Amino acid sequence: MNWLFEFPFVAKPDVNAIDQATRSFASKASWFFEDIIGAGLTQFVNAINWLLGHTPWILLIALVFFLGWKAKGKVTSGILYAALLFFIGVVGLWDLMLMTLSIVIASVIIALVFGFPIGILLSYSDRASNIVRPIMDTMQTMPVFVYLIPALLFFGMGSASAVIATVIYAIVPVIRLTSLGIRQVDAEVVEAAKAFGSTRLQALVKVQIPQALPTIMAGVNQTIMMAMAMVVTCSMIGARGLGNEVLIAVNRTEIGRGLVSGISVVILAVILDRLTQGWFADKKKKTEKKERRLLPALKLALKKAHEPASAQSLKGEEQNA
Amino acid sequence: MPETSEIIIEAKNVTKLYGPNKAEAARMMRAGAEKDEVYKKTGTTVALWDVNFRIRRGEIFVIIGLSGSGKSTIVRCLNRLNRPTSGQILFEGQDLMKLGKKELLEFRRKKISMVFQSFGLMSHRNVLGNVAYGLEVRGIPKEERERKAKEVIAMVGLEGWENQPCESLSGGMRQRVGIARALASNPEVLLMDEPFSALDPLVRRDMQFELLQLQRRLEKTVVFITHDIDEAFKLGDTVAIMRDGKVIQIDTPERMSAHPADDYVRRFIESADKSRVLSAKNVMITPASLVRVTDSPAYALGEMRKNGLSTVYVVDEKLRLRGILTIYDALRAHSEKLAVADVMQKEIPVCQPDSLVAEIMPAAAEASYPLAVVDEKERLVGIVTKANVLAALI
Repeated sequence: MNWLFEFPFVAKPDVNAIDQATRSFASKASWFFEDIIGAGLTQFVNAINWLLGHTPWILLIALVFFLGWKAKGKVTSGILYAALLFFIGVVGLWDLMLMTLSIVIASVIIALVFGFPIGILLSYSDRASNIVRPIMDTMQTMPVFVYLIPALLFFGMGSASAVIATVIYAIVPVIRLTSLGIRQVDAEVVEAAKAFGSTRLQALVKVQIPQALPTIMAGVNQTIMMAMAMVVTCSMIGARGLGNEVLIAVNRTEIGRGLVSGISVVILAVILDRLTQGWFADKKKKTEKKERRLLPALKLALKKAHEPASAQSLKGEEQNA
Repeated sequence: MPETSEIIIEAKNVTKLYGPNKAEAARMMRAGAEKDEVYKKTGTTVALWDVNFRIRRGEIFVIIGLSGSGKSTIVRCLNRLNRPTSGQILFEGQDLMKLGKKELLEFRRKKISMVFQSFGLMSHRNVLGNVAYGLEVRGIPKEERERKAKEVIAMVGLEGWENQPCESLSGGMRQRVGIARALASNPEVLLMDEPFSALDPLVRRDMQFELLQLQRRLEKTVVFITHDIDEAFKLGDTVAIMRDGKVIQIDTPERMSAHPADDYVRRFIESADKSRVLSAKNVMITPASLVRVTDSPAYALGEMRKNGLSTVYVVDEKLRLRGILTIYDALRAHSEKLAVADVMQKEIPVCQPDSLVAEIMPAAAEASYPLAVVDEKERLVGIVTKANVLAALI
């Protein structure tokens, strides 16, 4: 009965061969990956980091305060986010935080530059969508550490490979939600755009994208959050920043160091999330809230009063009453 | 409309099939099969089959049918949002199927426009932005297109609402925006796909009336889709009845009611009895003024004088109906220093928002004051006058 518990044959893939092939390809093409793309990405990250580093800390905090206030509509939110950011500076992790932020920003920009057009493409073509969807599922479910190995091989240690791994991981939501958002635009609105003689591009730019914007922005928000999560993991392939601090703490079992840097990561993530989430979602809620406060009877009266022609005919009828 | 006026749109043998086996479906239809049978055997839907009609310039051409009869499909063939499987649509003699990409854009931008059932407004644009859209995609400079848009906005009675977001408008006003948008490019033909179906009957009546006025003034050709026979007869110069993708009868409303082509058309026409369709909430109006139980008779008199009323409803602090106060009772209370609660009449006829107009007609006719409409918590939600009932039925 042994055959019930043992496979009839086992063909283990030759993982060494995959290794060898990738390695030799990587070294042959290193002029392209490492010298062009890698160097370019490093430059990009450094440029952003330089910009952030040369911004006075007080300006950044003021910016977070202002954006938090506007996004949430409450001064207290602005104060809270600014205070949280201030905390990172106080515990001495400001520069590392800026490094992490630089990699996040670089990755998100690249993810959006590629993800947005791909999302639009997928919204138009069912076939393309059917092909790309399983690829995206794979990209999202693959253990993140697996990305680190080829990134390391092709781009070496440092921020370039961190950006590459982060982009692959974080590009999925913006593609998905751009495509979803555009598909979900009210069919009649799209028909209207066509019926009034829009070209395809006009319909896309003037109607479909603006109508899908809340969904697209939800995708951008998720992309930012996933980039943030990945950047911490990327410390394993030499990305500097808060993640690296966490990694050191783990390696040396320094609980204090781990806690402080961990909390800073959380703070950065929360601020990024709230600032990018509030802009579109909240505006709708605010108007809804206002409407709910009106008494039903008052609402009825208002509705009738807003109807210019029927209001006139109503007056006539009331006089008969 | 004079019979002699020029034909602007002509549909010739228009057929639209959806599905995998169009040739087989067409063969079965030619052999006289029914739509359902064809779908079961071939998996192909017959949306339109051999549709023919002629629309004269300046008339309102109504296409009526139940859902699935193909009326929305045919109207979309007229501006080529849909492409017929076979057949011709001639617009001023030009076959629409032969238009190139650029010509089609020009055609949609200048000759024909459309109004949609759920308005099809772009919520990210305000009223002005929506109305000016057609002119914008045509590349007309901002100043000029906004000037033109403002003209048509005034024409549909929305002056002063230009910069409001569409969400802040009621259904009737949104459709006014839809109509203004369709008129902005000064097209020759307006396609209206059940434009008033989403509106409540009271508003619908006003909109129908206004559309008629507007159309007679501007002399636009209107192709109007509806499932409501009353609406069709009220608006249509010519009415076409569709069923299962085929046109059954095309005639003027008068001739159609006198000589229905078959039983289906007859049943359709007979279904037009509004009192069994409309309910109290459709015809009721908001009372001009209310008096609270605790108010003084003097206040009640003032309210009545201000609004020119001879009776006023009395409610408590939760808007629950308590009674009705006539002007005589109020005067008596005022001179004898009584409270409103002492002199008001407490036994009064009421009805619910969902009561059919046919049911409340006797009560409304008998009572010497408007009928109160109360909800399940006895709250006053509106009143129905004799005039309201009559106005809803004609």
